[in-house]
Amino acid sequence: MFGKLSLDSIPYHEPIIMVTAAAIGIVGALVFGLITYYRKWGYLWTEWVTSIDHKKIGVMYFLVALVMLVRGFADAIMMRTQQAIAAGGAEGYLPPHHYDQIFTAHGVIMIFFVAMPMVIGLMNLVVPLQIGARDVAFPFMNNLSFWLFAVGMILVNMSLVIGEFAKTGWLAYAPLSELQYSPDVGVDYWIWALQLSGIGTTLTGINFFVTILKMRTKGMTLFRMPIFTWTALCTNVLIILSFPILTATIALLTLDRYLGMHFFTNDMGGSQMMYVNLIWAWGHPEVYILILPAFGVFSEVIATFTKKRLFGYKTMVWATAAITVLSFIVWLHHFFTMGAGANVNAFFGIMTMIIAIPTGVKIFNWLFTMYRGRIQFTTPVLWTIGFIITFTLGGMTGVMLAVPGANFVLHNSLFVIAHFHNVIIGGVVFGMMAGFTYWFPKAFGFTLSEKWGKRSFWCWLVGFYMAFMPLYALSFFGAMRRMQSYEQTEWQPLMIVAWVGAVIIAAGIACMVIQLIVSIRDRENNRDLTGDPWDGRTLEWSTSSPPPNYNFAYLPKVDSIDSYWEMKQQPGGFKRELATKFEDVHMPKNTAEGPIMSLFALFFGFALIWHIWWLVGLGAIGMFVTFMFRIFNNDTDYHVSAAEVEKTEREYHKRLEMQA
Amino acid sequence: MATDTLKQHDAHAHDGHEHHDAGAMKVFGFWIYLMSDLVIFGTLFATFGVLATATAGGPTSQEIFELPFVLVETFLLLISSFTFGLAVLAQNAGDRGAVLKWLAVTFLLGFGFVSMEVYEFHHLIAEGAGPDRSAFLSAFFTLVGTHGLHVTFGLIWIAIMFFQISKRGLDSVTKPRMLCLSLFWHFLDIVWICVFSFVYLIGAM
Repeated sequence: MFGKLSLDSIPYHEPIIMVTAAAIGIVGALVFGLITYYRKWGYLWTEWVTSIDHKKIGVMYFLVALVMLVRGFADAIMMRTQQAIAAGGAEGYLPPHHYDQIFTAHGVIMIFFVAMPMVIGLMNLVVPLQIGARDVAFPFMNNLSFWLFAVGMILVNMSLVIGEFAKTGWLAYAPLSELQYSPDVGVDYWIWALQLSGIGTTLTGINFFVTILKMRTKGMTLFRMPIFTWTALCTNVLIILSFPILTATIALLTLDRYLGMHFFTNDMGGSQMMYVNLIWAWGHPEVYILILPAFGVFSEVIATFTKKRLFGYKTMVWATAAITVLSFIVWLHHFFTMGAGANVNAFFGIMTMIIAIPTGVKIFNWLFTMYRGRIQFTTPVLWTIGFIITFTLGGMTGVMLAVPGANFVLHNSLFVIAHFHNVIIGGVVFGMMAGFTYWFPKAFGFTLSEKWGKRSFWCWLVGFYMAFMPLYALSFFGAMRRMQSYEQTEWQPLMIVAWVGAVIIAAGIACMVIQLIVSIRDRENNRDLTGDPWDGRTLEWSTSSPPPNYNFAYLPKVDSIDSYWEMKQQPGGFKRELATKFEDVHMPKNTAEGPIMSLFALFFGFALIWHIWWLVGLGAIGMFVTFMFRIFNNDTDYHVSAAEVEKTEREYHKRLEMQA
Repeated sequence: MATDTLKQHDAHAHDGHEHHDAGAMKVFGFWIYLMSDLVIFGTLFATFGVLATATAGGPTSQEIFELPFVLVETFLLLISSFTFGLAVLAQNAGDRGAVLKWLAVTFLLGFGFVSMEVYEFHHLIAEGAGPDRSAFLSAFFTLVGTHGLHVTFGLIWIAIMFFQISKRGLDSVTKPRMLCLSLFWHFLDIVWICVFSFVYLIGAM
């Protein structure tokens, strides 16, 4: 009846997990109780869960990402603590099977359920506004993408209490991830969490690619698009071309595990190296999927806060495009030691180093934009400057790793860990934090506390250097990655320094939480009444904060890069005049099909993990039937009446006048 | 200029410009989806290419492929692509009856193709040449089976379109869906030509 699932699947004997589960249970019950007490279930359902508004979907992505950041960071500090004490024969407090799950969960969560939703969340919030559109190309699909992603996130978290998570490392290398070596459900949780959320990501990629190419407002040619939209476009190209490789690769591993096939097994002709090749053919573009939008954020932030047009707009675009192409021909640098031969390694080594050129172009563009600009040292600018320095360092260690000869020494050492945290924290996390602070007022109508934002930044910056610079040093002494314990007591002091770094990062996260609380408390003092709190350059600042659900009462017309800025520079300046006549606005309706389909997808995934075959069938049929409801639903859109648009716009203008 | 940018209540606001062309956008989006699906097939082809000789002492491709049988399959699918083309021509002519007729014919041909494939798979498994026998057979069953699964989804889609068109006729909802389905069907045809050439023809030699 319940497949492999029984009461023994719950790890009662693990106090850490049980305490965590209890805490999650109490917080969950509290949230549930509060929502019920304030009768907010209906509000949540109609305003958020079923919403097809790209801005709300963006907010939901980012919210999930922030919650998962705490979960992923809890894993991180547990690992640092373990390594700070498990020296010279000491075993620490985490047994190997638990430690292995933690480093796997940490990687999976941070990449798939923190970095990805932050990137996709910002893209959702900002891209339609920047191109002067009222929505995305396929609003229903956007809602479905989010909920499929949420299903993956739920499955990963379920594995904490029901069963276990993979012990294989975040990419589940075969043959370790094969049935022979991982007979338990951990790898199956990994498979279905990634497969379901990955499909959501592919749909998002298609959706935003079409949105950007087909829904730009009048006059916005490709070379007038804001840089963030450009980077989003390139990221979506990468998603469309690379995520199917992940889908196929995971499917092959699934066939090995569920139907006894032999793609990656040790025997019967399977090839483990093919797994590594396939997973990195997706995995390398994936890191550019994450970093390109961060580059976009920095470009917007720097241009806005130096009050200058971005230096080298065209080179920025071409550098982004070059990185997009190059990211597909460097994957082998993740496993130079495989033995592909000197020529192959040389090719991939050189290709990898070439990526440093367009990236360098970007760094210089940002520096030249700041040069002789009137820089306002706001929180987003601090994140940007922190990024420029940190990312340049991380990029250089990347070039070092790209030398095949050096790589043979550094492979699987802490050097690799230090390098990719150097570029992911220094690049993606800093970028997303900059974007979060920069666009928060657009989403909510009030700005975030600068004081706590800056405190958060300094904690993150100092914490990062303290946590990861020791790892570079340790790697030269021979410290490898994924060590549950080690013999060399002389490594311990640096490990403790790294632990202190992690604690400082924890303070940075605490500052972020306080920043949110303080800013919400003081929101009346920090209202953004104009919709343009930073004196911005691009179209998203030309509408109110938060924008009405239709974004623009009239679609703007564009005739240059930074056209909103140019409008403001006209004699007499830009006036938000009230139109004299309003039109009905055509909008999509909310939909329950997305969340319901995803709920069935959750049953489907969970049942496959535990081999509960009747529930697999139920989930599949449920998804199909719900989709049919969608197909045969004729009532998918409506018109916001001209009167309602006029009312909304008049209120906005009343606020503006009061401000003036 | 400042004022006319946010107040574009001139002619084009009335002619539906703001709605964009939803049908055309759907078809374009579907093209993009097909390209991503193509990457999945590309991955499976590459996998097959790597594992084609990894027979682990089991049957080889020369021993198990029966070209005449596969040729019949191929022609069923190719003809079904032609009949789907006729269905789209009928749609352009606004002839609902003909659309339904050609959809039905396409369905039968596609069903014949899938049935033959199921028979082939069943036959191979019964002979001990199932997907768990060797890496080569895993790759073969997965590549051909993924295509077959796509055709099966195509059949379900054809059935749904048949039902929907007979219910609500050819309108702004069903027409773009028919165009997407036709793209899907022709796409599967092209993939099959690659399967036939690279898997069956080269494998049988």
